[in-house]
Order: sequence, then C-alpha cells, then structure tokens
Amino acid sequence: MSTVSVSATVNGVQRTNEVEPRVLLVHYLRDMLRLTGTHVGCDTSNCGACTVILDGAAVKSCTVLAVQARNSEITTIEGLAAPGEPFSAVQQGFHQEHGLQCGYCTPGMIMACTALLAENPDPTEHEIRHALEGNLCRCTGYQMIVNSVRWAAEHPDGVVPARPDATTPVRSTLGAGS
Amino acid sequence: MIPASFDYLEASSVDHAIALFAEHGDAKFLAGGHSLVPMMKLRLVSPSVLIDIGRLAELSYIDDRGDHVAVGALTRHRELEDSSLLAEQIGLLAHVAGQVGDPQVRNRGTIGGSLVHGDPAADLPAASLALRASMVITGAAGQRVVPAVDFFVNFLETAVGDGELLTEIRFPKRTGTRWAYQKFNRRAMDYAIVAVAVQLGDNPGIALVNMGPTPHFAVAASAALAAGAPASKIADAVLEGTGAWDDSNATREYREHLARELTTRALAKAGYTS
Repeated sequence: MSTVSVSATVNGVQRTNEVEPRVLLVHYLRDMLRLTGTHVGCDTSNCGACTVILDGAAVKSCTVLAVQARNSEITTIEGLAAPGEPFSAVQQGFHQEHGLQCGYCTPGMIMACTALLAENPDPTEHEIRHALEGNLCRCTGYQMIVNSVRWAAEHPDGVVPARPDATTPVRSTLGAGS
Repeated sequence: MIPASFDYLEASSVDHAIALFAEHGDAKFLAGGHSLVPMMKLRLVSPSVLIDIGRLAELSYIDDRGDHVAVGALTRHRELEDSSLLAEQIGLLAHVAGQVGDPQVRNRGTIGGSLVHGDPAADLPAASLALRASMVITGAAGQRVVPAVDFFVNFLETAVGDGELLTEIRFPKRTGTRWAYQKFNRRAMDYAIVAVAVQLGDNPGIALVNMGPTPHFAVAASAALAAGAPASKIADAVLEGTGAWDDSNATREYREHLARELTTRALAKAGYTS
C-alpha cells in the first residue's frame, strides 16, 4: 500500500510521518500524533467538533486529507496553551463564562472562535453567531458560548481581572457590542 | 468513515494534471475536497487515483477582464465572499459564496469544485446560471467554452468530460447591479430546500436551487423578466421545466410553493418593478 510522506508544523513542532493517502487529517492528528483534543463528532463536516486551524483558517479536519495539509501549519486545541501555562483568551473566556456543559464540542468551538477573533477582534453578537454557524452544541443553547467569545474580546490577554469584591461575580456585558 | 484506498499524485500544473489523468485512467481530480472527500468517505465514489490540483496557484484568481470578470476554478468560497471586485461588479456571486455551508467549509471549498460536482442543491451553480456565466474547460485537446445553461447535464453530471478540468468561470458584467438570492433552509449551514437567484439588468436571469435533478435555469421566467412582465407573472412562469421531488425535507408541492414565493421575494428585494 502506497504511503506519502507528510511533513507539517503542528502546534509549532515539525512532524513528519508516512501516511496512507486516505487518512483524514483528524485521524492523523488523533491517532498518529496522539493529539486527541480534536474530537470526531458527526464525521460529515456538519458539527465542527473537529475544527482545527490550518494555515490561519478554521477547517473541519474530518473533511481534509492529511496529505492536503502537507507543509502546512496546523494549530489544535493543544497548541493554544501548554500544560501549566495560562489559558488563551478564548479558553479563559469559556472558563469564566461557563461556555460548555458536556465539553464535546468545546475544542472545535474554541478553535473556530480563535480563528474568528484573529480576524475580527471585537465581533458583535450577530457576527459571533454567524461565525459559529458551522459548530453545533447540543448543551448550552449557545448563549454562554457567545458570552465566552465576548469575554475573550474584552480581555484579549486572557487575564482575569482581580475582583473588587469577592462576593460580586465577574461577568462580561451580555451581548455587548451588538 | 474512511475512504477506500487510493494512490495520491500531486499535479504541478494544469497540463501535468491532464497528463497524469491520461496515464492513470480511473482517477479523480482533488481541489478543496469538500464535495469529493465526503463522497469518498461514504464510498459513493472510490477512484484508484486522486490527482491533487489543490495547490495550483495558476487557477486561483479573480481578474477584471473588461466586459467580464474571470474567476479561477480553485478560488475558494471565502475569497469570492471577500472580493471587493466581485462585490462591486458581480455582487450576486460574492453574496451567494457567503451563503455556502459555514465558515470552515468556505475556507476550503472552491468554486470549480462546487460547479463540477453539479449538485442541484448547491448555491453556486444556480448563481452561475442566473449570471449567465461561461465555463472554460481544459483538456488534452485544448480549451472549450461552455455556457452555464449547457454545463449541468444530469444529476451530479456536468459537461466536463473524463480527463478534463474546469479551469475558469467567466461572469459577464451587468449594467444593472441589482440582484437577490433567497435561500430557504432549516439550519444556517444546510443546503437549501429551495433557493432562487435573480439577476436584473441587461440579459437578466433567474435560476433555482433544488427544483430538479440539475441546477435549473428558469428559461420562461427569465424571458418574462427580460420582457418586463409583472412580478406575479414571472413567479407563475418560474416552475416551467422544473422537476422537483419529494424527500424528507419537503414535498414537491411545497417546493413549488417555495419557488414561487422566493421568486416573488427575490424580485422585490432586488427592487424589480415592471
């Protein structure tokens, strides 16, 4: 069976593997590189759980062949913050605003949101919802995800402000900017 | 779901791609892969060889050519959506490209791939029909130009033959800039249950999504539009020649209702007055 040499920079690390051409990018990431943070959801390019950033653009890695990502730069959820390092702004936003329940869609959701904020650092609620059309969440009803993205937009360094009063919960402004 | 095994070859030019096909026979060209890869995952197609043309920069462009705008077949939906030249000159195309799938799909899918797939439920084929585009097909014998209305031959079948590539799509400029696209679906990312593309101006056109086995150019309605007929007459004419089907989304009757209603709305949105 013929294989193809796939070299790619994944989360800043140069990786080279012999890959069967039919291997999907999501399986390359999960099974060959053991980066299991990227999830397989619907496996039909509907749900967005497998979203990663490929050369700066959010893509659904269940619908990209690993060979199509040769010589590309790939960022997965593991690439946003190393263990022990502070969360990225979007990760911290999901943490602060409780942008998840079961967490299955979350890696894809966070990657799609990261790509959105890279292009549009201060999106309105409408823009956030439009940008997340390709990511399904069956738990949250999306409102807390939108709040999470707004939190990240309002705190681009991802730093949680010190609470002026420990009894007052820190919240972003609901739907601010829309 | 994993595709059946295949050999992977990367083409370095259009000529190289065509030569590779001639050499290998049972092959498919791979562009963005957002129609082909899902088909392969479902094992609806299992080519022995994939010839990757996805990185041919020579096929990715949006050029002003005076009386028309030429779009390279590998131009991604996202690039169409973001093009200021298209927004100014061929606004319907830029808008419709932004209605395809979702942002991730638009980051990968290409206009040529969508057109060659020929899905009657897809957005861009209908836009190319309403805009009366011309398709440039390149093969071993050279290039030929096929009008959009002759391009969509049958269900998932186009005028592009074995070993040929759609390389460029030409959109004639309009004196009028008024147009509208009305898409009816249940979820933001879904294919249309029915959609209607309307372009006004010189040589206007109306095309329908999902009203038969191929993307459909509404001949009678387009003629009525060109003749300045009342909007109600155009909407009545829009079903002529359609062959909508029943499926889990809608009955034929419901689709026909949608086609009439969406045509009426599109004409109003485009500011059409007879």
